[in-house]
Amino acid sequence: MSLTLILEQSLNGLQFGLMLFLLAAGLTLVFGIMDMINLAHGSLYMVGAFLAATLVQATGSFTLGVLLAIPATAVVGMALEITVLRTLYERDHLSQVLATFALILIINELVRMIWGSDMPLPGPQALSGPVLLLPGMPYSAYRLLIIGVGLAVAVLLYFVVAKTRVGMLVRAGASNREMALAMGVNIKLLFTLVFGFGAALCAVAGAMLAPIFAVQVGMGENILILAFVVIVIGGIGSIRGALVGSILVGMVDTMGRAFMPAILREILTPAFASAAGPAIASILIYVLMAAVLFWRPQGLFPARG
Amino acid sequence: MRRAAPYFVLLLAIALPLVMRSLDQVYYVTMASRILIYALAATSLNLVLGYGGMISFGHAAFVGAGAYTASVMIVEGVPSAWIAWPLAMAVSGLLALVVGAISLRTRGVYFIMITLAFAQMIYYLTISMKAYGGDEGLTLTQRSDAGLGLDLKDDITFYYVVLALLALTVFFLSRLVNARFGRVIEAIRENEARMEAIGYPAFRFKLTAFAIAGALGGLAGALLANQNSYVNPGILHWTESGKLMIMVILGGVGHLYGGVFGAVGLLGLEELLANHKIGWLAALYPNYQQHSLLAVGVVMLLVVLYAPQGIAGLFKRRERK
Amino acid sequence: MSTRLLEIEGLQKRFGGIVATDRVALTVEQGEIHALIGPNGAGKTTLIAQISGSLAPDAGRIAFLGEDVTVLPQYARVSRGLARSYQITSIFKRFSVAQNLSLAVQARSGSSFRFWRPVAGETALVDEARAIAIQVGLAERFDAIAGSLAHAEQRNLEVGLALATNPKLLLLDEPMAGMGPDESRRMIDLISRLREKVSVLLVEHDMDAVFRLADRISVLVNGSIVATGAPDEIRNNAEVKRAYLGDEVAA
Repeated sequence: MSLTLILEQSLNGLQFGLMLFLLAAGLTLVFGIMDMINLAHGSLYMVGAFLAATLVQATGSFTLGVLLAIPATAVVGMALEITVLRTLYERDHLSQVLATFALILIINELVRMIWGSDMPLPGPQALSGPVLLLPGMPYSAYRLLIIGVGLAVAVLLYFVVAKTRVGMLVRAGASNREMALAMGVNIKLLFTLVFGFGAALCAVAGAMLAPIFAVQVGMGENILILAFVVIVIGGIGSIRGALVGSILVGMVDTMGRAFMPAILREILTPAFASAAGPAIASILIYVLMAAVLFWRPQGLFPARG
Repeated sequence: MRRAAPYFVLLLAIALPLVMRSLDQVYYVTMASRILIYALAATSLNLVLGYGGMISFGHAAFVGAGAYTASVMIVEGVPSAWIAWPLAMAVSGLLALVVGAISLRTRGVYFIMITLAFAQMIYYLTISMKAYGGDEGLTLTQRSDAGLGLDLKDDITFYYVVLALLALTVFFLSRLVNARFGRVIEAIRENEARMEAIGYPAFRFKLTAFAIAGALGGLAGALLANQNSYVNPGILHWTESGKLMIMVILGGVGHLYGGVFGAVGLLGLEELLANHKIGWLAALYPNYQQHSLLAVGVVMLLVVLYAPQGIAGLFKRRERK
Repeated sequence: MSTRLLEIEGLQKRFGGIVATDRVALTVEQGEIHALIGPNGAGKTTLIAQISGSLAPDAGRIAFLGEDVTVLPQYARVSRGLARSYQITSIFKRFSVAQNLSLAVQARSGSSFRFWRPVAGETALVDEARAIAIQVGLAERFDAIAGSLAHAEQRNLEVGLALATNPKLLLLDEPMAGMGPDESRRMIDLISRLREKVSVLLVEHDMDAVFRLADRISVLVNGSIVATGAPDEIRNNAEVKRAYLGDEVAA
């Protein structure tokens, strides 16, 4: 277990965490402001990836394809909000869970009907090689790009939420919806825009991660659970919580999967270690979530007072 | 007239295999068994979700635990149903007790997330059980031995056993919801704070309901393993929990026959789409049958948006005494 | 010497920067009706919540019938005879009045972990529930669904629910909230009739009721008790008058 390996896995964890943040940010905003549990958020991530794959093929350029996929997915997200999701805001959480679960099924099948079960999206040629970060430590240039994009979006998000009027409205809505309404904010428009923005973030994550994780139907479900774990850990409605939570989850999950089997092999018999290793690695984040909830039931940075 | 309706349906259910056998369509008996097993699973979820108001997203884990217990018993050479099935219920019930003891200390979306998390943990643990098939699953060489001269390998006999267990469960549930316990659970769903304020330790009641539902789910799981002669971690996946929740709301949340209606409705719909070509639909989109989940999703969405009382709500609401 | 029914010392509760309960000391004697008054936002409901057990204090001690109940959960205090009613009506709207009251009676009549026998057959519960309904003036509406009751009737049910737990001490949080003069008068009669069997800690804004019913009055301002005493003492207390800006204290 060399230092290089640890460093490499840490970077992988950071990279995954930042992408997770893109999903978690949208999710926590929707939950915090609209008080709505949206299971279909993962589906927007999937749609974003498929749209990116199509547009990359159509334009022949990775950058152009991904950039075009972002507004395209935002449009899809907003259409979804206007048609279906709007009616769910007033409903109880169970109805929201079931309705958005139904949406997952519908969107999965529609994607399958339009595109088939999967699509290729190879990374850009220019970045397919490694970059030498430290002597003796090559790291995928593409993954560095992901980290860069993730950080850039995080900074952008910070500015929008903390420094602009729209951001202030969003924060006001997250902590006290009735008050925001009473102040005359056009809630309907705000919600639609927030949703569209969340969808755009999903598209970025979906497109960026596609060369690593593959574009296929059902890719949304797994990452959705992780995103929910993140916002529960981070605190519902809090962007800062989403960032901290995502990095935490990304790191724990990636490092856990990489090192847990090896660690276990030191302590336990090889047979048991090879059986239990992957399982324990998979459940590490849930243990993390349970631990956080135990000490801070509202999450690390609850937005609501 | 309305009180006789369930018995009439039961009569039909009893007659079904005999009719099918005479028509030489025993396939439908197997399909019916599957529907009844899911009806049992959905009914067990209805106790916790419908009557108790607890949105548990991990119920498939208890069904799966029961399925695996029964399967492991067969594989390990203890095929007696009289041992394996009660054991399956005990294992699931105990699991539910542990999961509930931790999860029920939380509320709202945190509760949903924690139940989901536990279900995922159990799912991953099952995958790691290489001795019992890992993620490839476990094929069973036989079904459980029921003794009493019953050969469960015979699909019709199996059907009647499942029907009997489902009927018993629904009957048990009907007594429970009208007994003190049922009244308390429904009142807790209505106003938990006030229940504490008039002297009820709400947590204990919720946990008990959760454990009972888990145990009944485990029974459904044992039957499911027998039905397929196969079990794999996929039945513990959270999307399976979602399917069960769909059945409960489709059938009627908090209604005695909600689980039954829901299973019949959902699985019937799936069956219909998969195996019976609808002419005009085929003309429009030739491959539509491969996308039956789309129809399921649409039906689900429509039910949640426009008919949240489900099928049971179409009949008049069950008389509350 | 009668055991103090309720004894509170040094009770403290903060919410962030706000001190809702500031070293409160309070007693309630057996058989008395003790009124708790104070301006809006003084922290009366917060205090009631801590006494009843739904809110944990940061510091202090609550003793009921000589037993320290500070960390006892709410349902355990109810079974010892300490019950509350709510300022904002909190009943079981989808159940009937009969079912509402039966539930409270059921809680103290044996285990509710019974899964077989229909509860509708337990006539003893219903009979006791009916007696409570008569006491709070809901005999006519016994089988009505609680959600369909008029506001004042719901307030009566609100008190009835607490009464049905057979308490020794009743914490009534503004029972007359939103009631007209006739209904208020009936509630005042109800409470005064309780005097022998049940002690009462009454939070109220209706000063007419307070001075009619109270044996003692405590005044809560900004989370701390500024005065406790017989009604006449309180009426003439300068600090109390100041706290109320002269409005609510009867001249």
